[in-house]
Amino acid sequence: MDTITGILESMDYGPAPEDSSAVRTWLESYAEGFGHFIDGAFTRPGEGFDVIDPASGNRIARVTQGSEADVDAAVRAARRAQPKWARLSGHDRARHLYALARHVQQHSRLLAVLESLNNGKPIRESRDIDLPLVARHFYHHAGWAELLEDEFPGAAPVGVCGQVIPWNFPLLMLAWKIAPALAAGNTVVLKPAEYTPLTALAFAQIAAECGLPKGVLNIVTGDGQTGAAICGHAGVDKVAFTGSTEVGRVIRRQIAGSGKKLTLELGGKSPFVVFADADLDAAVEGVVDAIWFNQGEVCCAGARILVAEAVAGRFEALLKARMKTLRVGDPLDKSTDIGAIVHPVQLDRIRMLVDQGVAQGAVLHQGMAPEGCFYPPTLATGVEPASVLATEEVFGPVVTLTSFRTPDDAVLLANNTRYGLAASIWSENVNLCLDIAARIKAGVVWVNCTNVFDAGAGFGGYRESGFGREGGREGMSAYLAYPRPKAKKAGEAALPDPQVTPHGEGTGEGIDRTAKLYIGGRQTRPDSGYSYVVSGAKTAAGLAGLGNRKDIRNAVEAAHKAKGWGKATGHNRAQVLYYLAENLSTRAPEFADRLRGLGASKEAARKEVDTAIRRCFWYAAQADKFDGAVHQTKSAHVTLAMHEALGVMGIACPTGHPLLGFVSTVLPAIAMGNAVIAIPSQTHPLAATDFYQLLETSDMPDGVVNIVTGPRDELARTLAQHDDVAAVWYFGTSEAAPWSRRKARGISSRHGSRTALPGTGWPRRGKGACFWNMPRKSRISGCPTAPDMLFGGACSRWPEPTRHR
Amino acid sequence: MTVELEKLQSPQAHPVPARMESEMEHARNEGMPLATEMFEGHAVNRSAAERRAATIGARRSVKKAYQAAWLVNAVRCIDLTTLAGDDTAARVRRLCAKARNPIAPHVMDGLGLAGMGLTTGAVCVYPTMVVHAVRALEGSGVPVASVATGFPAGLMPLHLRLEEIRYAVGEGAQEIDIVITREHVLTGNWQALYDEIAAMREACGEAHMKAILATGDLQTLGNVYAASMVAMQAGADFIKTSTGKESVNATLPVGLIMLRALRDYGQATGYRIGFKPAGGMKSAKEALIWQMLMKEELGRDWLQPDLFRFGASSMLGDIERQLEHHVTGRYAASSRHATA
Repeated sequence: MDTITGILESMDYGPAPEDSSAVRTWLESYAEGFGHFIDGAFTRPGEGFDVIDPASGNRIARVTQGSEADVDAAVRAARRAQPKWARLSGHDRARHLYALARHVQQHSRLLAVLESLNNGKPIRESRDIDLPLVARHFYHHAGWAELLEDEFPGAAPVGVCGQVIPWNFPLLMLAWKIAPALAAGNTVVLKPAEYTPLTALAFAQIAAECGLPKGVLNIVTGDGQTGAAICGHAGVDKVAFTGSTEVGRVIRRQIAGSGKKLTLELGGKSPFVVFADADLDAAVEGVVDAIWFNQGEVCCAGARILVAEAVAGRFEALLKARMKTLRVGDPLDKSTDIGAIVHPVQLDRIRMLVDQGVAQGAVLHQGMAPEGCFYPPTLATGVEPASVLATEEVFGPVVTLTSFRTPDDAVLLANNTRYGLAASIWSENVNLCLDIAARIKAGVVWVNCTNVFDAGAGFGGYRESGFGREGGREGMSAYLAYPRPKAKKAGEAALPDPQVTPHGEGTGEGIDRTAKLYIGGRQTRPDSGYSYVVSGAKTAAGLAGLGNRKDIRNAVEAAHKAKGWGKATGHNRAQVLYYLAENLSTRAPEFADRLRGLGASKEAARKEVDTAIRRCFWYAAQADKFDGAVHQTKSAHVTLAMHEALGVMGIACPTGHPLLGFVSTVLPAIAMGNAVIAIPSQTHPLAATDFYQLLETSDMPDGVVNIVTGPRDELARTLAQHDDVAAVWYFGTSEAAPWSRRKARGISSRHGSRTALPGTGWPRRGKGACFWNMPRKSRISGCPTAPDMLFGGACSRWPEPTRHR
Repeated sequence: MTVELEKLQSPQAHPVPARMESEMEHARNEGMPLATEMFEGHAVNRSAAERRAATIGARRSVKKAYQAAWLVNAVRCIDLTTLAGDDTAARVRRLCAKARNPIAPHVMDGLGLAGMGLTTGAVCVYPTMVVHAVRALEGSGVPVASVATGFPAGLMPLHLRLEEIRYAVGEGAQEIDIVITREHVLTGNWQALYDEIAAMREACGEAHMKAILATGDLQTLGNVYAASMVAMQAGADFIKTSTGKESVNATLPVGLIMLRALRDYGQATGYRIGFKPAGGMKSAKEALIWQMLMKEELGRDWLQPDLFRFGASSMLGDIERQLEHHVTGRYAASSRHATA
């Protein structure tokens, strides 16, 4: 039938193979196997494993299994290279990144073919999507390197970055990891995924071709053990991981307490919400881009279609018709829509999950797929929220379809997941889009488009989808460190256990005062029924309630009820903070006396109160200044970055400076709209308990600030283990800090710890960037401008720009 | 050379085109009463349409013999057109000669299609040129299409526009490309639009009617969808993008929305409507991409001249050069091929 007459009858597309001979020649030149790329050169190939082309099942290369010694050599090389790399001017680093961008473009077809051969993704996608984004990422970060000193004053590189990347976008994830790291002056040890190491190795060769200094980029191949060796290596200052939530959780435990910075970009089960007034044909194409892109092996894939009941029948019919024209097959054929699944192991996993879903009642509608490591495009209906197909990330071309009745219903279903990476909303009603975008808990929300990426917009998730952002300003800040306040003394001694027996030292003059806990806007007795002794300048200063885990539980509940605070305008919050300053000023002598009673000198007490008042003003001033951004990304799209409060935060306040330590840590959190459970200085909590009277008189809504006095470490541990606490700040000894992460179960909580800051650090340095950075997350929305509508096209919300000035 | 000439002159040189069979299969659109609910409130997202249109040519590829076949197919769907103020009888005759033999004989021979009797889908001219075209195409089986109704702006009194249709039909045109009154779309006067097109359809009689929407004037894709639907409800056999005289003519996003409209109309009524992009298409590459769009959105049946036409003239030259390259491995200068 290959005669033209025959083809004129069938009008088939016929084969359109991409020529892979250049790639095969390159692979043949490494027939003896690939080594690692360490210190600017490939090592001799060692014990290793085969790399396959999943479409054919053929072995195409052999790579070396990275041992601990290999990792160690790579980290050492990175360490040696780092100071000099960091000392280069931003401009000089920009030149290197520019060269990488250029060479990626010059070798783009070679890299695209190699990627498709190794990963199984269609050549159209590697050629038209992956490679352009890779080059874009290096260009964008060449820009950040150039502007680093201007845009991030005072920032320093973190040091050596250990990076572990997944197999779904091997080269693109490499770019996402190394471009910001190198731009910021870090050096890198990166492990590509076991299944897909080849483009990373080709990239290493390109880096050498570009003259990237040796040791700046090191690539070690291997499996999960190699990854663990990198993450766990003592010489690594920052770990960045993209991959499964399971492994992310392991890494988080592994490095807890090590002081390493961590970015996790994990799984997702993203909703794809189609309203009745959407362009249904457009939304159907959106599904193609969402779940039948990259074989569905996309962390932010729109895997759960939620469609308005009014149009569900029509939408399903259109979607099924569209499925019939999807072509599954040879990744190197230019007419292929869906290529090979990356590895038979992954194919088995997809089949297993789909089988389970069917056993639970799902009905499948599938397209065609050839024999081998392929899976057909699959639509599953009849999937209940508890079904494995609704809850588990399949990482394959499988999408569920569920109908909803109302917008509220849609939001409920959309958020009914432990993930929070991305969402896609389809409607021609801009009001509805913006409303729903704000209510869906996801780091990225696309409107009338999906899976749109750009280096200029941060990407990352909520909840078990990870934390940290990649891309844009926010991604850069993940690879930068700010000098933190340093203790003048070497740490503080461990805190004594609270004394709950009477001290027998008598009280001062005046009527006896009772310091209670402060929960949900009410002064509350501790659940335990115990009080503990607060020591003072000479004798005991009084008693404070001994809080326990139930008090923490109640406080967290109360904090969650203070929802209005996060939605209030910055102006509203500023007013309350100013009022707080006013009332503190009125009662300044009283607070100064309290501090003197706790042991401060007259001058120190006056100064501490005065500084606390200034700090109220400073954060009030910031409350309505911390804007989002409109990012420059795609043409005809609007990309909005919007900050959001994290939600409910726990703060274990510093021991020294009982008033200022409390104010300096609680105010930045509430200024951004968070609600807080504060554990004041264990030894001197009474300044904080006096403070709740100010809260009561300053129009602070109930539940925004909750104060639980008592044993710091025990209470902080309870906070860290609470699933409904978004973040915990811990100011205490580094010995005690690690548990606050290790015991935390959730993956997404931003638990940070800072070691004790005794001495005079607080009055001078307890404000600014290092506090401002954490108590919020942000998301980005992009909307293409469409002439048909005032505001049509695509909106995406991506995450977290951080600004330091 | 003698053999080729014999083939060309033999009766088998003009076999019944393949399209005739399927043309018989589906009933002619009888139209339906105006039903605004079929398009009012129909959402069209431009960004999404542009995204889909932009990936059509990247998602599909035809190579080698397949590419040659797809280009040959494009030729049989071309309405070879001249609509210029300086058209003359001689100019029209030259065009018709090209329509009879659109691809050089040695190329057809090389493609193994020497006996196929390939012609373009039609020749499209102004009403006063119809008579010359009909004469020039006598016995070829190539229909003559005529623009009418005050082409290109259409701003003539309705009775004159209808009379123009009847004139062109009387001259022997088998297909009439009418233009709509854009004002009716821009003001949302659907009833007026419907009535006008229905009257034109009646004036066409047996001649097939292609409704030119002048989408470049309609601007929004929502308008394009609505105008497409009204034209089909009023009995259009084809919907056509452009006159070729607007500042923006056939674009893929516009085509995509018109195809979805005719798909939706087909699902509602059972009638199969044809589609004709026109204006601005010059390259063989575009000919391939438009066909891919047809096949992806509507299926293989819409790759035949009874349901698909290109309104083009210079595109044929590029196709002929590409086909020659396929046959000889050399890129031919256009001077080596007969001009239209």
